[in-house]
Amino acid sequence: MVIEVNQITKRFDSFAALKGLSLQVHPGELVALLGPSGSGKTTLLRIIAGLEFADEGRILFDGADAGDRHVGERRVGFVFQHYALFKHMTVLENVAFGLRVVPRERRMANADIVKRVHTLLSLVQLDHLSGRYPSQLSGGQRQRVALARALAIEPRVLLLDEPFGALDAKVRKELRRWLRRLHDEMGLTSIFVTHDQEEALELADRVVVMNHGAIEQVGTPEEVYNTPATPFVYEFLGNVNRLDCQIENGAVDIWGARVTAETQDGTHVPSGRVAGHAYVRPHDIEFTDNASAQPAIVRHVAAAGPTARIELEMAGIPHLIEAELPRQRYLELALKAGQKVMVAARTARVFPAK
Amino acid sequence: MAFGRAHTDGKVAALTESVAVRAVLIGLAMVFIAAFLVLPLVAVFSEAFAKGFGAYVDAIKDPIALAAVKLTFIAAGISVPLNLIFGVAASWAIAKFEFRGKSVLITLIDLPFSVSPVIAGLIYVLLFGAQGLLGPWLQSMDVQIIFAVPGIVLATMFVTFPFVARELIPLMQEQGTEEEEAARSLGADGWQTFRRVTLPNIKWGLLYGVLLCNARAMGEFGAVSVVSGHIRGVTNTMPLHVEILYSEYNMVAAFAVASLLASLAVVTLLAKGGLEWRYGHELAASRG
Repeated sequence: MVIEVNQITKRFDSFAALKGLSLQVHPGELVALLGPSGSGKTTLLRIIAGLEFADEGRILFDGADAGDRHVGERRVGFVFQHYALFKHMTVLENVAFGLRVVPRERRMANADIVKRVHTLLSLVQLDHLSGRYPSQLSGGQRQRVALARALAIEPRVLLLDEPFGALDAKVRKELRRWLRRLHDEMGLTSIFVTHDQEEALELADRVVVMNHGAIEQVGTPEEVYNTPATPFVYEFLGNVNRLDCQIENGAVDIWGARVTAETQDGTHVPSGRVAGHAYVRPHDIEFTDNASAQPAIVRHVAAAGPTARIELEMAGIPHLIEAELPRQRYLELALKAGQKVMVAARTARVFPAK
Repeated sequence: MAFGRAHTDGKVAALTESVAVRAVLIGLAMVFIAAFLVLPLVAVFSEAFAKGFGAYVDAIKDPIALAAVKLTFIAAGISVPLNLIFGVAASWAIAKFEFRGKSVLITLIDLPFSVSPVIAGLIYVLLFGAQGLLGPWLQSMDVQIIFAVPGIVLATMFVTFPFVARELIPLMQEQGTEEEEAARSLGADGWQTFRRVTLPNIKWGLLYGVLLCNARAMGEFGAVSVVSGHIRGVTNTMPLHVEILYSEYNMVAAFAVASLLASLAVVTLLAKGGLEWRYGHELAASRG
């Protein structure tokens, strides 16, 4: 199903949660709403679900206005952050709930409901626990019950609020892969909210980066990671070194390399001297002898794992610069704390300071 | 809340006091309970049976005593269900929704707790009495509220007003709205959501609130005393009847009726204990 979000505005008292936000989600897509807390991502998800209503703007499901329709009428599968399982019902009754509340004339026969629930529970690999109560399940199992319950009503879209937020790291990773597989098999349009960039980048087809109730960037994981549209996206997604610099007539020298400044909204960078920030990813720092390279002193090396993290002190920069090297390259260079090295930036991007 | 919970894990050991300390603490508690709860209860029954079983039965079979029992049941029978409905509605509104005047509503619910029951009774006299604000109008309509059963029911309702709501509001606030939202998103309508999700989650608190409400409705003295007029056999509830018998030095009859009231309290407690024992596993599961 195509979901169109059109100029949505939402206020809570004096706080603007969403500021005229638009977004389109394509059929079968798995989209992540990524942002820090307070960015409005959960509010947006709840408005799409119909649990919350926008002050202005429209929500279209397959072109039809869903704005006045209540959550129960939108046929959305919503998975809550804390699962919101019905504590007093068994797993089976939890999953059956959406089928049992259907008006009698359209309701399936009890035997069919039970059969359907068992099919769903097999899908989430929990059929053997159908008689348990939610309090007797682990976090990951509860999450899967919540998912099966949401899927029971054959939703047109699956909405997940911080689906892995309350789980420990190992379970989270497993469940993430499992959800991706399930999504691919079912082909259901899905949107999930997360504040975990790794989760968004690994799981989603497209990532919507949000901040202060507005969208900073929409793109594939590669796009948002490799070519962030704004300083916020740079800093929110992955590690980055931020350097203060002076932009002169739209460009600046970063460690000997000439970088053209960009603006967030595509307007021209003002001519003359303006303050700016340069962004360099740690893995874009090269250890090289070429002419433009700058001197630096190695302050600390953390070499466990496939990449080595190196902290560098450089003249004129008040904080340490972080660099990352593949393990092999690190061994070749044999870097040690206190050593003098020459470094250059493979690529850097510059934005005028606000 | 007053529900007990057995320790099933081994973590208690680190917090266990020495045998002597435990013995002293438990002993103190037992002495206290014996002196202030068990002893009075025993005294009530021993006084009631002081002149033998026959005198006890006679005191209770007295038509005036039976009328008092009946009136008490009527007052409780009307005010408890009404306060049950009101309490659930009010706590539902307060715990699950945001609206203007919410804090005013919470304060109003607490009012009967902070006002002396005698004042509560007086308010009704001032409103509905012969010289009261609405008195002449009520008289012209030939409706009597004060010194009649309606006044007693009203006074009882006022005094027992907060019991159910006070029990439910914190419980419902703690449970939040996620389960209700989940139910709505699965297609349940408002009533289905309430009956299948909210009600099962609050049923223990609700039961407890109703039991407390009932105990107070049957035992209320002050407010009812003001509006009753003490017409024997007509507007006397059990507590009022006990008081009259007592002031007439009719000890056996006074304690006999008092023993009925005390028995009601004991039965109430036993019923609660029995239900908890019967549905204990469900209780534990619903707290997960």
